[in-house]
Amino acid sequence: MTVYGADKRHHTLTVVVENKSGVLARVAGLFSRRGYNIYSLAVAPTDDERFSRITIVVDVESSPLEQIIHQLDKLVPVVSITELDPARSRERELLLATVEAGPETRGKVIELVGVFEGKIVDVGMDRLTVMLAGAPSKVDDFEDLIRGYGIVEMQRTGRVALPMLDRPGRTPHLRGLRGARTGKAG
Amino acid sequence: MELTGAQALIRSLEMQEVEVMFGLPGGAILPVYDPIIDSSIRHILVRHEQGAGHMAEGYAQATGRPGVAMVTSGPGATNVVTPLADAYMDSIPLVVVSGQVPTSAIGTDAFQESDITGITMGITKHNWLVTDGADIPRVVAEAFTVATSGRPGPVLVDVPKDVAQRPMEWYWPEPDDLDLPGYRPMTDGDPALVRQAAELILAAEKPVIYAGGGILKARAWDGLCELAERTGIPVVTTLMGRGCFPDSHPLCLGMPGMHGNYTAVTSMQRSDLLVALGSRFDDRVTGRIADFAPEAKIVHVDVDPAELNKVRRADVGIAGDCRLVIDELLAALDALGLPHSDATRGGRGGAPSDAVAGAPATTGSLAAHHPRERLIPWRAQLTEWQRTYPLVYDQPPGAGALKPQFVLETLRDATSEDTIVVAGVGQHQMFASQWWQFDHPRTWINSGGLGTMGFAVPASIGAKVGRPDRTVWAVDGDGCFQMTAQELVTASSERIPVKIAILNNAYLGMVRQWQEMFYGERYSEVYLSPDLPDYVGWAEAMGCVGIRVESTEEVAPAIDKANDIDDRPVVVDFRVDAFEKVFPMVPAGASNDEIVVDPTQREEARP
Repeated sequence: MTVYGADKRHHTLTVVVENKSGVLARVAGLFSRRGYNIYSLAVAPTDDERFSRITIVVDVESSPLEQIIHQLDKLVPVVSITELDPARSRERELLLATVEAGPETRGKVIELVGVFEGKIVDVGMDRLTVMLAGAPSKVDDFEDLIRGYGIVEMQRTGRVALPMLDRPGRTPHLRGLRGARTGKAG
Repeated sequence: MELTGAQALIRSLEMQEVEVMFGLPGGAILPVYDPIIDSSIRHILVRHEQGAGHMAEGYAQATGRPGVAMVTSGPGATNVVTPLADAYMDSIPLVVVSGQVPTSAIGTDAFQESDITGITMGITKHNWLVTDGADIPRVVAEAFTVATSGRPGPVLVDVPKDVAQRPMEWYWPEPDDLDLPGYRPMTDGDPALVRQAAELILAAEKPVIYAGGGILKARAWDGLCELAERTGIPVVTTLMGRGCFPDSHPLCLGMPGMHGNYTAVTSMQRSDLLVALGSRFDDRVTGRIADFAPEAKIVHVDVDPAELNKVRRADVGIAGDCRLVIDELLAALDALGLPHSDATRGGRGGAPSDAVAGAPATTGSLAAHHPRERLIPWRAQLTEWQRTYPLVYDQPPGAGALKPQFVLETLRDATSEDTIVVAGVGQHQMFASQWWQFDHPRTWINSGGLGTMGFAVPASIGAKVGRPDRTVWAVDGDGCFQMTAQELVTASSERIPVKIAILNNAYLGMVRQWQEMFYGERYSEVYLSPDLPDYVGWAEAMGCVGIRVESTEEVAPAIDKANDIDDRPVVVDFRVDAFEKVFPMVPAGASNDEIVVDPTQREEARP
């Protein structure tokens, strides 16, 4: 499997968009027609109901990040774009998986979930549905380990992220807040 | 005041000072056509919606104002997709209003339903589906704002039939009422970058200004002229920028690119500084990008930040409006001590003139004109190239084959210099751009980025509607003409006296040229026939005057006759040499250093 936590090819963009119908299609359409690859994508409303936040992990080998950001910024409903440096932001992802857990392995699966501080959210006769929320690299590790027991079904949300908070001794977290000075033209 | 959505829509267009729109009614847009009867807006009924879109483009290019087209849902809307894509590529401000099936029917595959906002998402600057009549005035105001500001472009407003029929309370939004929180067009450039650009300009020894369509969009032609004259830097004007700097100016090198002249192409290749103003390093200009202008530093000014570093990394990339940035650049050059010269024209900083930048105050060779000492060797080199590799063709006298270049030269010399020339796409377009002398902004209209055959006839009609005071000549190919000729019916019935010169070589000429040069003279599906259709008979059937020209002696009289007709369109069928090719040519994918000049200018042809 691909481990994407530590991968330099991937960058996380937090894109604040107007909360209107069709905006996701505009963003996704831009990526496909300009030949950029989306690695993962998560959308949810923000605390301000006029806006949604799209967290996109982009594969920057497909195109220079600067070009992706400028083209995204040209979309009229895109309000701001923040590029999050993985080293200076808090990234989380949720994994849900149904795992084979017969009599011999059930205890081991439960133990593994405990070690990772995950949760068991459903129990069947010989299967368990488990949940883990955490940093993407931790979720990757967990996925690798439970794979050995047999994954019946699995779903990951894609990452969401927020910048690390400023405090003395930390360098500023944002590599660039697009939209303020750069503006857009069309 | 209560209005229907349809009335509010027309009222909103009136508020935007729309004087004319181009369209064709149908089921879903019917409610909007009713208030048109009572409106001050002139509606021009086209014969195909593609014509409406290209007319709106021609109107916009000729006037600098947004073009407006109106179409019905489904096929009406899909027929305007090509003009939208064309306008998107060439940054033409266009507002297209499309009808849509009633909101209750959207998504049910209703009669004449198409997801036009989905279809046009990638070829419009933005589009809107209006679901509430109360939004109509605000959306129209937003649509015009987006279409005309920053980097201009086409927008589409999709209006469901029930939204047009239902009543709404009329209002007109204040600028602050627009709901565009993410839209912030660029204006002026970053002063620190402008200063760096000015320093590069003064340090360069082999500089070239690479001026594109953005100069016309920004109305920056006066500033460009002053910049060129004060710095003594020669100017190439791209296909989209032709006319933004006078061809008659000693500093003008003409058009670069795949069919650009040798000096324009080679000056860029050998330059040590390219000052790109409103141009976008299009592949047709750069040739193979890895080999493009290898020694040049790049100053790139564009209103669209996404154009900077997209194709070629800029040493100084300035996001901003060309007119404002050029003014800043001139001020920075002042600050760095660049003297004003006698040749310097005034006008900087004021409102742009819609007239011209006019003919140059002084004439003479490139090297003699306002020489900054540092540039003398460079300008001598350019003059040398101009002498060695002028554009050439050979028109045999008498009854030999009529050369398209001869037709264009005769046409150019027989029409006033502010004539608007509109071209389709292909050989005729390249010949026209090469052989015309463009001395005024907005006198050259063509389909550059998308390369839309069939553009010329409808675009010329739109241009003539926008500039009835000007003579409008479409230079078209026979292949192009057949794609949209039916709009001459529109022109005849609306009394729009455009003039069409068909350079009829009986072929899809540019494709034929490529097949001759790169496919071993294997001609596949390019022959059209000179006589089928009968262009003169067809023109007359459409209410135009039709004239056929088959020999050199007939050229000038036919043009004079056409120029004298001002009450209906004229179509002149020039039977030209099918084997004439456009030179110079940089083969597709090749380096600009591999430019192929006219056979008579090649090494082996020299004594």
